[in-house]
Amino acid sequence: MNKATRIVGVSLAAMALLTATACSNTSGGGSGSSSGGGYVYFLNFKPEVADVYSKIVAEYKAETGVDVKVVTAASGTYQQTLTSEMAKSQPPTIFEINGPVGYAQWSSYCADMTNSWLYQHLDDKSLAVSTSSGVWGVPYVEEGYGIIYNDAIMKKYFALPDKAVSITSTDQITSWPLLQQVVQDMTKHKAQLGIQGVFADTSLKPGEDWRWQTHLANVPLFYEFSQDKVDLTKGTPSSIKFTYGDNMKNLFDLYLQNSTTPPTQLGSKTVDDSMAEFALGQAAMVQNGDWAWSQIAGTKGNVVQASDVHMLPLYMGIPGEDKYGIPIGTENYFAINSQASQASQTASLAFLQWLFSSQKGMQFVSSAAPNGLGFIAPFDTFKNGGPSDPLAQEVEKWMNDKSVQSVSWTPFQVMPSQDWKNDFGADLLQYAQGQMPWPTVESSMVSDWSTQAAAAK
Amino acid sequence: MLVSKYIKKWFPVFALPTLAAFCLAFAIPFVMGLYLSFTKFRTVNDATWVGVSNYVTAFTENNDFLHAFWFTIRFTFISAITVNILAFALAMLLTKAIKGTNVFRAVFFLPNLIGGIVLGYIWQLLINGVLGKFFQKDLTYSSAYGFWGLVIVVNWQMIGYMMIIYIAGIQGISTDVLEAADIDAAGFWAKLFQVTIPMLASSITICTFLTVTNCLKMFDQNLALTDGAPRNMTEGLALNIYRTFYNIPNHQGVGQAKAVVFFIVVALIAFLQLRATRSKERDA
Repeated sequence: MNKATRIVGVSLAAMALLTATACSNTSGGGSGSSSGGGYVYFLNFKPEVADVYSKIVAEYKAETGVDVKVVTAASGTYQQTLTSEMAKSQPPTIFEINGPVGYAQWSSYCADMTNSWLYQHLDDKSLAVSTSSGVWGVPYVEEGYGIIYNDAIMKKYFALPDKAVSITSTDQITSWPLLQQVVQDMTKHKAQLGIQGVFADTSLKPGEDWRWQTHLANVPLFYEFSQDKVDLTKGTPSSIKFTYGDNMKNLFDLYLQNSTTPPTQLGSKTVDDSMAEFALGQAAMVQNGDWAWSQIAGTKGNVVQASDVHMLPLYMGIPGEDKYGIPIGTENYFAINSQASQASQTASLAFLQWLFSSQKGMQFVSSAAPNGLGFIAPFDTFKNGGPSDPLAQEVEKWMNDKSVQSVSWTPFQVMPSQDWKNDFGADLLQYAQGQMPWPTVESSMVSDWSTQAAAAK
Repeated sequence: MLVSKYIKKWFPVFALPTLAAFCLAFAIPFVMGLYLSFTKFRTVNDATWVGVSNYVTAFTENNDFLHAFWFTIRFTFISAITVNILAFALAMLLTKAIKGTNVFRAVFFLPNLIGGIVLGYIWQLLINGVLGKFFQKDLTYSSAYGFWGLVIVVNWQMIGYMMIIYIAGIQGISTDVLEAADIDAAGFWAKLFQVTIPMLASSITICTFLTVTNCLKMFDQNLALTDGAPRNMTEGLALNIYRTFYNIPNHQGVGQAKAVVFFIVVALIAFLQLRATRSKERDA
């Protein structure tokens, strides 16, 4: 019996010891860095470049001796991961916000970055998330989206003897009526062109509808906000009118009616399905952004050549839209955790400065995946040498086209909440299925905006 | 006397690890969760007290929470009945002397070993395939599709497990009682309702308890199969709470309040159900 007592006692003591060491381990981790008691911990948003970051921090460690911890949240779980990581004893020192709405959620954790190297060297200072009292988020990548088209198929169309339009190439499409004419005529010649539909499917499965409820809706809202001179720096406007709702319907209808997939089956289609159809040459056009290139190139049996992919603006018949190009912006902003120690904040900013200004760091940033991040970085250090990815090059071409301005991404960044977007997406699906008339889609989207904007306050 | 002395002496040594684990993994998070439901918070250690306003918001902001409540209740009512009837029927069948009962038992039990998310996605493919082929529609077209889809998935998943419990119960019924019923010339239905079912009352208690609570708490099947489509019409309580928490800015506290209400509802229903079925139990 005595022996038994001893065994239990010893094992309990061992357990206690184990717990104690485990605790001291977590609190002591990362203190080995040479940055004066601070540490650098970056919670990364982009899972597609997680492996690249491990190469980057290895290089940084070799050059400076500073340890950087990078954790990547699984796709679609950034908010969950950030919420739990922030509650830990060593929270992230660098995290990401997605714009003014993200700032509204995390404002008590965002440090002022006005005097940081990152903000000082930002090409266009208006891109940062800022208020009158400071700069809270600095963008690190510029992206653009539009109607991606496969020029191989388009050339086939323009070579047809009985085509209904007089223009001879896709880049001559500069207005809504022309786009509509070409697309509808292409549908008539589907068999000759060897496609199943002009547009890849309008993916409307819940969670896969962001190309419409966010990106497509951004365009009419952009024109509305500019026309009404709405100040978006204060975050979500308390209400919208959706002045150009019918224009959004124009383009959305064009997508639905000239598609590879009947509208009643769109509720089970994903973005992956859509991109695969485009990559396999079953569709000539698809609305998406430059991040989609890796998806197209990575599709098994891809027939789309890098030299054949280009982008068109989202024409929908809004007055004055010929003066604008594709929507260009970002929803990835670095924020520095204001509740971390001063030393940690400084060390974190130093790491970011290294990444976007040193020779090695910049090489990582601009080379295409899988060796680099493949970003179009918005800092003045990146003047020479553009990105190597064909869609990113296309975005850069539109960015540098002085004859047009870019449609900004801000309107979708101030959309009230993910909940609002999901509900709007669900309504678009019901419209596509023929179960909800367009005026109801519009009115419920407008009234939901007001209630959700008030709720999020 | 001797035994109780030993128990007293050894009690802390044996109870302590479990008690510690219980506190760490259950009691402390529960109390914290209760506290957080009365606060506005961003992370769990950064909260400001706001009183009952989260509870008010949960019910008044929109109808989604109440809709999710009734959806869950309807779903639980139907699923609990179908799962138990089908599981019981299978158990009756597989306790008869037919060839290969063990193989069939294994086959029916297998779906229970697959996670809800995987089952949800598999059934989504199956149901969308059938709806697409015959009606050119999919699960998002009508909330009825999603509702019955969920009922099918949950039945598929839970029947095997409940069946095992019923089989154990049926095998535990003494043959004397059944023989006595035979001698009294009782028919199949009389034996079923007068002998088998009353003798199985404790199995029924357990099975209804498990199905009712699992259906009320259903989350992964819901997320994977319908994700609330069309427009939150097939959103259960757990999914509604999750989405409130993560998809609406500054609504963590509201989500937490909903979770507390959810806990009370599940506990209350489970308690009432246990009391109702327990009262039918008797010693055989």
